[in-house]
Amino acid sequence: MRTTVVLTLTSFAAAMVVGTVVAAFRVSPVPPLRAAGAVWVQMLRNTPLTVLLLLFVFGFTKIGLQYSFEVSSVIVFGAYTSAFVAETVRSGINAVARGQAEAARAVGLTFPQILGIVVLPQAFRTVVAPLGNIFIALTKNTSIAAIISVLELTEVADRLNNATARPIPVFLGAAVAYLVLTLPSGFAFGWLERKVAIRR
Amino acid sequence: MTAPVLADALGPRARRRVALASVLAGAVLVLLVVAVVLRLQDTGQLDASRWRPLAEPSTARFLLGGLVNTLKVALIAMGLAILVGGLMALGRLARNGPVRWLSGVYVEFFRAVPLLLLILFSALALPKYGLRLPAFGYLILALVAYNSAVLGEIFRAGILSLERGQTEAALAIGLGYWQSMLFVIIPQAVRRMVPAIVSQLVTLLKDTSLGFVIGLSLQDRELLRRARDLGEFYRNPLQSLVVVAVIYIVINFALSRLARWLEVRQRRRYSAGAISVAGVEDLAVVTAEAGGRMGGS
Repeated sequence: MRTTVVLTLTSFAAAMVVGTVVAAFRVSPVPPLRAAGAVWVQMLRNTPLTVLLLLFVFGFTKIGLQYSFEVSSVIVFGAYTSAFVAETVRSGINAVARGQAEAARAVGLTFPQILGIVVLPQAFRTVVAPLGNIFIALTKNTSIAAIISVLELTEVADRLNNATARPIPVFLGAAVAYLVLTLPSGFAFGWLERKVAIRR
Repeated sequence: MTAPVLADALGPRARRRVALASVLAGAVLVLLVVAVVLRLQDTGQLDASRWRPLAEPSTARFLLGGLVNTLKVALIAMGLAILVGGLMALGRLARNGPVRWLSGVYVEFFRAVPLLLLILFSALALPKYGLRLPAFGYLILALVAYNSAVLGEIFRAGILSLERGQTEAALAIGLGYWQSMLFVIIPQAVRRMVPAIVSQLVTLLKDTSLGFVIGLSLQDRELLRRARDLGEFYRNPLQSLVVVAVIYIVINFALSRLARWLEVRQRRRYSAGAISVAGVEDLAVVTAEAGGRMGGS
């Protein structure tokens, strides 16, 4: 269970950073960056996470990218989730009133300044709830690390089941453990959403 | 690509800056691609011997068979999940307390549990308790359990998104609960939910790849499992997995585009104000239009 938590938190942190950068690329005035952002998002979003994980672990080792299974999982989960974060943040950016960016431009801010100081802080507020959904989905997705025998919740349950041959209590216990993880994070994001909501 | 939101109508200086940034960014990206290609070359991953087996007709047929299995599992699971999900949505909106409660528990539980755990449980535990299915039946069962919960919530949201006036109008002209659901509410809700349903299909299609964790017989193996088989056989895991990733991307990209197109078309039609419920009896059309007018005013 600790592994699941650690995997989730580190991957989510990575995904937030990369996803925000990619979202910035996608709305930037520089065409090559926009294209690169779009390719990143479409490629990662439309490939099954399982394929990505296996490709990274078994394929990329052939070109010298070899990491422990845990690190590989974080890289793959982070990259996959960043595509969804990018799309969410982008929708948040689009939801920020146009006048905000126009006003910022009128006082002479450059694009990175407009985005970083004016638009992004407002964008994040509006997308707290969808980001929470992404976080919960990621918590569940970390179970896929079980296929490369990272000892997280699902893998532990699978091994316990093999050892004890009592599938119902074992898998039910694992399911409850996931609930214990996802329900509080749902509440936490709900709280955060109310806290940062823009009062009108 | 649409125009960037944050920087419309640039001035001359900003245009020069953007041009410079474009050249720089383009150069960096090209260098990145070149670096990757060189790396592939250096490690011998671009050798024709590693790619050629994947282009042979027998391999293509093998992969195609995997794709057919993937699509088959996805479509069966999707059909069943829509059915069960629909029932769950009705259950959660039912007036009967226990029914509402039970379907609530079902939806909340299966939505919160990782699909992989469900698949493992279905494939490892159920046979022990005497449930015998063909191998991919367990996979479908798990997919249906998970996706019906998700779809149930989508359906419920769709039904709740309709104006109250719709139900009120239906009841006012003397339709019963089921009649108003069947002829008035559901047809409209379904049309609103089509984009969400298609994107859930994309998710489901990707999730079928988890099926490779359970021991499927050779002819039942889905796309990813077959790619692994090829990778082991020809010793080219990188190449086989890349090919399969491209297949998934093409299919899912097309499906996502379809969802987007449906959404845009729908929005356009709603804003035009024309409500035409296809394939429903005249009565429902009249009712829906009347309800729409009432709800709108």
